[in-house]
Amino acid sequence: MMVKKKRPQILLNGIGIVYSLLCIIPFVIVVSASLSRPIDLSQAGYKLIPSPLSLNAYETVFRNPAVIGRSYAVTIFVTVVTVFFGLLFMSMAAYTLSRRNCAFRGALSFYFFFTMLFSGGIVPSYIWITQYLKLQDTYRVMIIPSLINVFYVFMIRTFFQQLPSDIFESAKIDGASEAVIFFRIALPLSKPVLATVAFFTAMGKWNDWTTGLYYLNDARLYPLQYLLYSIQRNIQALLAAMDFTTSGMGAIPIEDVPGENLLMAMAVIATGPMLVVFPLFQKHFVSGLTVGAIKG
Amino acid sequence: MAGVKRNRLKTSSLHASKIVDNIHFAFLALPAAALLFVFAYIPMSGIVIAFKHFRVTEGVFGSPWVGFKNFEFFFKSADAWRTIRNTLGMNFLLIVSSLICNIAFALLCYYLRSRRAIKTYQTITIIPSFLSWVVVGYLVYALLKPSGGIINQIITFFGGTPVKWYSEPYKWPALLVIINLWRGVGYGSLFYFASLMGIEHDYFEVAALEGANRWHELRYIILPHLLPLIIIMQILAIGNIFRADFGLFFNVTRDAGPLYPTTDVIDTYIYRALMKLGDIGMSSAAGLFQSVVGFVLILATNLIVKRIDADYALF
Repeated sequence: MMVKKKRPQILLNGIGIVYSLLCIIPFVIVVSASLSRPIDLSQAGYKLIPSPLSLNAYETVFRNPAVIGRSYAVTIFVTVVTVFFGLLFMSMAAYTLSRRNCAFRGALSFYFFFTMLFSGGIVPSYIWITQYLKLQDTYRVMIIPSLINVFYVFMIRTFFQQLPSDIFESAKIDGASEAVIFFRIALPLSKPVLATVAFFTAMGKWNDWTTGLYYLNDARLYPLQYLLYSIQRNIQALLAAMDFTTSGMGAIPIEDVPGENLLMAMAVIATGPMLVVFPLFQKHFVSGLTVGAIKG
Repeated sequence: MAGVKRNRLKTSSLHASKIVDNIHFAFLALPAAALLFVFAYIPMSGIVIAFKHFRVTEGVFGSPWVGFKNFEFFFKSADAWRTIRNTLGMNFLLIVSSLICNIAFALLCYYLRSRRAIKTYQTITIIPSFLSWVVVGYLVYALLKPSGGIINQIITFFGGTPVKWYSEPYKWPALLVIINLWRGVGYGSLFYFASLMGIEHDYFEVAALEGANRWHELRYIILPHLLPLIIIMQILAIGNIFRADFGLFFNVTRDAGPLYPTTDVIDTYIYRALMKLGDIGMSSAAGLFQSVVGFVLILATNLIVKRIDADYALF
């Protein structure tokens, strides 16, 4: 496989560099738009480099940080709680599914697996959650329905099964109960798979906007992604929430009323930190997330 | 005598400890099992709504039966054909384009000699897959906005006429393929890359001795090595071919009505029928149709794979 000639390497690197640039340029455009004056965006259009530079959008956001601050708090809270309880409940179930001495292992595996094959779809869930459980406009609706991802349960189960069985047997001989073995032995040995699942659960929750689409009307509960979605549809609501008025007392000149630059600034503020944090976990991505992991 | 007694004691205590074990197992599995019961199995029973004229006041089980009326309405509407065609057609395009590009990029990284270069490209190209479809929608808008978007600026710079992207449906199949690749290839290729790294180098040395060229390597060593992974990925994809990526079709297109001829898929249709029109009959019929066909497809593809080679089957 070793390439002897130099030319193919240059070609491969060329493609790699172009593709990498294509991945980055849209971000540069959005950041540039967030640093532009609204009037330049509507007249001259989007640019790679803003000219003239304007902090109008960021001043607007940070003059009234309650909207984005609250949304950040909601998102962090929901993500942390979901990851903690999701990981706990999923690994507990995975442990039971991994143990051969569990009398109802086969039936329980099927009970879990079947939900991956068939689902009632969004309409029955929607009616059940809104009409019967009455969970709309609660933190619970953002957390509880998404705690268990069966795919991850089987991933963790497979990891438990691959741990050396001697450890479990000697613990049993020493008189440890199954619950103790799970919490004291299986969990501490499973950090790699737990880190992977935690990462993907966190990312899924951080990026979740459809829960808001179906179940949230109260703007105080909007997580970041749904906030971004809703302000893109209706920027006026955002301006109102930020106490902007274009008439009457304290009105600001029309050319200074933030527009798409504000939208883009909100996108930058909501996304930027995650783009720094997520790649740090990159080494965990593929390990354990092979699709064959659910087989058996 | 004493020996027998001790033995009986031992078996009964063993029996008791087995019961204790199983109580522990049940306790450990209970939270997840209960959550699945509430959020997966109860909604499953709600599929009866598709056969009812649902009234909020009478609830799921009190509402009157209407047989297959809801399905009739759905399949007789022009939307049914359009959404099914778009779902299948677009998913087919997305599956094939992703497969080719994921493998191509994995191979590119595999053939690169500089480890630093591989790491850099992989780290950068994976970034888009961390983004929600909402943020992707923002990025796409900055590019495609009819007046002032980057793409139209480039078009006018070269003397072309600007395109009204959000009202020209027949440009969107290609756009959605590109956007989906942009977001997914960096991440999707990692699986194939990881698999490629597992190929023993001896194979290549032996092949080189026998005078194999690059094409032979690809055909007789690399492709066979990737095949199990390709098959499993494709089973999953085909099993889900009736399920469209809601965020891509709904948000990236800005839910623009003029684009529906090519971008309206079953999932966006169900959303609209349920949330915008409040037509529970139609949306539940479309949803049940989607679930049942998806279920059958997964079982069928798995069965076919099992026939060919049981090792590659999913279950």
